[in-house]
Amino acid sequence: MDENGNAVLCRDVMKVFGRGDAQVQALRGIDMEAGLGEMTMLVGPSGSGKTTLLSVITGLLDATAGDLVVLGERPGRLSPEERILFRRKNLGFVFQQYNLIPALTAAENVAVPLLADGRKRQQAVAVGKAILDALGMSHRVHALPNELSGGEQQRVALARALIHDPRLIVCDEPTSALDARTGHAVMELLRAAAVRPDRAVIIVTHDARIFPFADRIAHMDDGRIVNLEVNGKKGD
Amino acid sequence: MNFVALKMLTADRAKYFGLIFAIAFASFLLANQVSIFIGIMTRPASQIRDVVDADIWVMDPQTLYDGEVSALRDYDLYRVRSVPGVKWAVPLYKGTGRAKGPDGKFRTVILMGLDDASLVGTPRKMLVGSIYDLRLPDAAIIDKAGYSYFFPGQPLRAGRTLQMNEKRVLIVGISDASAPFQSFPVLHTRYSQAIGFVGRERNLLSFVLAKPAEGVPVEEACRRIEAATGLRVRSSAAFSGDAFRFYMRNTGIPINFGITVVIALIVGTVVAGQTFYIFTIENLRQFGTLKAIGVTNRRIVGMILLQAIVVGGTGYALGLGMAAAFFSITLNYLPTRGIVLPWQVMAGIAAVILIVVGLASLMSIRRVLVLEPAVVFRS
Repeated sequence: MDENGNAVLCRDVMKVFGRGDAQVQALRGIDMEAGLGEMTMLVGPSGSGKTTLLSVITGLLDATAGDLVVLGERPGRLSPEERILFRRKNLGFVFQQYNLIPALTAAENVAVPLLADGRKRQQAVAVGKAILDALGMSHRVHALPNELSGGEQQRVALARALIHDPRLIVCDEPTSALDARTGHAVMELLRAAAVRPDRAVIIVTHDARIFPFADRIAHMDDGRIVNLEVNGKKGD
Repeated sequence: MNFVALKMLTADRAKYFGLIFAIAFASFLLANQVSIFIGIMTRPASQIRDVVDADIWVMDPQTLYDGEVSALRDYDLYRVRSVPGVKWAVPLYKGTGRAKGPDGKFRTVILMGLDDASLVGTPRKMLVGSIYDLRLPDAAIIDKAGYSYFFPGQPLRAGRTLQMNEKRVLIVGISDASAPFQSFPVLHTRYSQAIGFVGRERNLLSFVLAKPAEGVPVEEACRRIEAATGLRVRSSAAFSGDAFRFYMRNTGIPINFGITVVIALIVGTVVAGQTFYIFTIENLRQFGTLKAIGVTNRRIVGMILLQAIVVGGTGYALGLGMAAAFFSITLNYLPTRGIVLPWQVMAGIAAVILIVVGLASLMSIRRVLVLEPAVVFRS
């Protein structure tokens, strides 16, 4: 984090895909912050660059230019191996399609980040069960993903993002596959379980129903942040 | 993460068993065809291998293998005996004749005429009777397959008779002679008796069997006999090789079996390799998720290799098990006796399967390694 308590700091971040005539400028000089203890939403129409920005912040893609600081580290300066370890230790992911491993039970899916960190299976699954219990899923720990409803799968995905106590949680369209009521319930859970003073949450969404949960909303269009709302107040 | 890899592998039972059976089928087909090929191609040398007392075979320079023989002159035996470094040398007749059973059923038989005094070249294993009974008048030893042909369903016992060249052949023993290339019965008799059974020819001496003196290497003795007599001289091993090569060159067997083996290899490689590759491709999103979460490429490579080893190992074991069961059954049938699953074939197929799953893994690993983890954000 920086001296101002920001988990993520972007300064003039750009991302270009392809070369020559096929070149696409996905990010055109992004300036933004995501503070610790806050839920930040990146919103905008399809193709506005929000998922690309999320990929750059998480180190899954390299920025073409600009300065990016995530939890005090510059991902662009880390080696590929260091970047993987950085993600494993500090980041939690919640995906639009949940991305649970179909062959694993709910508890085993939740345990994956600990397994990736070298923890023993029994120990990791026990922690997974405890997290699911805390999220009200104790009765579904042995269920396979295809036996769970969409809302339940997203709760399992949230538990997986939380299990290793990361300092930055990123969510890609966490409610787009859910009905309004379930989406609301998931967001309440996310807000309650994920937002802590030493943790930041960044959500990419175009679901306006969940905007009220945000502390900060960055409206994006055509690779730029066109408007920034902080605690409901509009900026430039 | 090993259990994650194994659960991913076995989650879809249909695909998992499809993979296993592709490898098992390829292993079975390869083991089966290669073993039968080896078993059949060792048969031309059966009568050479069955002669364990002599190390050296002397023959007419035009004789290429033991199936078609140009006879030597009788005095060639003495010429061989006179070569320094030869411990002993004895005559051997090998030819074919027609034997008739008591019910008039007849067959061409392979007739081995052994040295009257030493009986060198007798069958290695007797099932009934003794080799020394060959000294009885009209005596012959028949192999089990021949006995079963002439006396089907009857208990193995000595004392029965056949006819050859209008002469009585007294069966004094039943041997477990190695199966010949053709399914002809094999009869062993004395050299002097063989003349009566096949009728007088000008020259009957098919081979001279010899043993080198103590301290003289077989190859050296071969060279000396060849130099002294001008005849063709081969060690038992080399002569067996000659028979093998003759059939390889002059029959369609290697091509037929070769085609089957190549097809098995291609089908096995393509089916198993492609199925495993598709399995990985279908799991790309899951691998992408693991990469995003922080699983290293090295760990993911380990997961894929573990999956490949489990699939390859299980399929191989199953295929070889089926092949072993097949050969343990066919071993008891006379036409397929002696055809077994050699350990060298098992080892060779293990190497082939390793290469197949290795190649499939490499292709899969390549796809996973180049996978952009940001793919997980695409819906």
